[in-house]
Amino acid sequence: MPITTAYETRIDHVSILDEHGVFDETLGQDLISEDQLPAIMEHLVFCRQLDEIAFKLQRSGRMGTYPQNTGQEMPSLAAALAIEKADWLVTCYRENTGLFWHGLPPECILLHWMGDERGNHIPAGVNATPIAIPIGTQMLHAAGLGWAEKAKKTGAIAVTFFGDGATSEGDFHEAANFAASLKLPVVFCCQNNGWAISVPSSVQSAGETFAQRGISYGMPCVRADGNDLFAMTKVMKDAVARARAGEGPTFIEAVTYRLRDHTTADDARRYRDAGELETWEARDPLPRLRRWMEAKGLWDKSQHEKAMKSGEERVAEIISNAEEIAAPDRSEFFDHMYADLPASLKRQRDSKRTTSLGQFPEDLA
Amino acid sequence: MTTAANETEMTLVQAVTDALACEMRLDDRVIILGEDVGLNGGVFRATEGLQAEFGADRVVDSPLAESGIIGSSIGLAMNGMRPVPELQFEGFMGPAYDQLCSHAARFRTRTRGRFTVPMTVRVPHGGGIHAPELHSDAPEAIYAHQPGLKVVMPATPYDAKGLLIASIRDPDPVIFFEPKRIYRAFREAVPNEAYTLPIGKARVVTEGTDLTVVAWGAMVVEAAKAAEQSKASIELIDLRTISPLDEDTILASVEKTGRCVVCQEAPLTLGLASEISSLVTERCFLHLEAPVQRVAGFDTIMPYYKLEMEYLPGPDRINAAIDETLRY
Repeated sequence: MPITTAYETRIDHVSILDEHGVFDETLGQDLISEDQLPAIMEHLVFCRQLDEIAFKLQRSGRMGTYPQNTGQEMPSLAAALAIEKADWLVTCYRENTGLFWHGLPPECILLHWMGDERGNHIPAGVNATPIAIPIGTQMLHAAGLGWAEKAKKTGAIAVTFFGDGATSEGDFHEAANFAASLKLPVVFCCQNNGWAISVPSSVQSAGETFAQRGISYGMPCVRADGNDLFAMTKVMKDAVARARAGEGPTFIEAVTYRLRDHTTADDARRYRDAGELETWEARDPLPRLRRWMEAKGLWDKSQHEKAMKSGEERVAEIISNAEEIAAPDRSEFFDHMYADLPASLKRQRDSKRTTSLGQFPEDLA
Repeated sequence: MTTAANETEMTLVQAVTDALACEMRLDDRVIILGEDVGLNGGVFRATEGLQAEFGADRVVDSPLAESGIIGSSIGLAMNGMRPVPELQFEGFMGPAYDQLCSHAARFRTRTRGRFTVPMTVRVPHGGGIHAPELHSDAPEAIYAHQPGLKVVMPATPYDAKGLLIASIRDPDPVIFFEPKRIYRAFREAVPNEAYTLPIGKARVVTEGTDLTVVAWGAMVVEAAKAAEQSKASIELIDLRTISPLDEDTILASVEKTGRCVVCQEAPLTLGLASEISSLVTERCFLHLEAPVQRVAGFDTIMPYYKLEMEYLPGPDRINAAIDETLRY
């Protein structure tokens, strides 16, 4: 037989709580304990409130450019639920829910977007990297962070997040290849939210799914409903277990949608069809989970009102913490250039001058 | 020449290997990765025998991807390891530029010290070995211009070992350029044990009174030949570190000699020699008997190897610059 099948594959799509509220009892069994769900709902309410207020802070000039997370809350939260404290979250910028659950103080994210690097000084013990501004470069750091855990034989792993657009970047492919070839404990999660600013995901790839991007690197690939906390938690738990067992990386495509503009500097109405937005608003992951929890008797209106009220208070406190932090020292940006500041930099810092002669007033006297 | 019992005569590339072996024996965190660094020992044999001694988990043949090598090294370094990635030739640094300058250089300041990148990137540097295109460039000024990186380039076996160990122990990212043209040019006695030389400290190769010549990497050898041929009393300085620059050693020398010639392989315009020229002009103005002169490659693409010696400054061009500066 001259032609045989060299390779065949298929991509599974996982859905547990669908947009119509139908719950798959078999797949969904024991994924998230019912005791934990109210705390999860409170967290989601708070994160959504903070996200909407952050938008207003930018509009009123109290914060710089901010990328809203609304609509994409579930993928990173599922990762945070699936990992341990010692594991790493290596994220992009629409992963606030997971980062906060993993222990990142929300003030850090606000400070970052308020133009203050101190927001990236992630507290010791919180294994997360700061918001990654250049698209698609952080997955290589996740490969290295996971590699270090493997070398140290700690059993810890790294989960990295990126968008559909980031899979067009070379570093994504290099990271996937390194992780798979070297069997590194890494989970790759692509948040396919349909859009890279104004460019639709169809332009990023001619493939039918983003999940299949991982196939050529020799790692299991799966697609899940990114607006379904249960589906995301299932695929994350499977991938985390695989990584922890030393079996290498997994690629997860979370199919979700950016319900807001790319950032506050963007206006999605210029390029996005209103009908498409309406379709996805109906799939909003928060009301979906809330309706299901209410139907199950795990959540009610008064709990929701209470969560809204405590969320508002917490948001106000976080904003005031972020806004009222003492301004950095004028020369603070010199302090962390190197462990030991070279003499030339000390001179620039102390003289506060970049005129090359002016740094030596004794020579000019 | 006799060698003491605790020393071995070795070439520059052997000193690199020896430095890596010494530090790997002392520090479990040190891990080597790159293309062909394992069984093959690297294309220049700089990692010869290391995989046999330390195993494939510590001397890792990685996929062929420069950005991947540097990006994953950044993650290793941020998480408690001491990676020493090798990029095969300086001409292939382009794909890694983003990870080097957008991340390695910035993590310490970006995170206000929460994450640091103690990584040493070894890169064979420069022309003169009859190699193909993009195997002969001199890009050190590009990386010296990036705040957050350190750039080191030894010119002797002794310096190569001491500076490489110092680089691996340095808490910040170091680009360690190895002048491949003099990898095997000569041998000298190198101590067997691990030792360090300070990063940021130049070396006065020969003392002199008439004119200061500043060089680094393979140009130190060319400048030494020129100084030997010259009738004048030349003070030759080997920078050893490109960034941070040892301003004091250069300035003290030119204050004494009043004349300065700077030699580099890289194109003339906007190179490190230009920076040194500015420095000396501004800080030694009243001591100068002549303008600072730069001897460099041309502002062209480095030609293929049939003409590479036309491009690279040698003793004749350096001596012409010395004579012009003395006559000025």
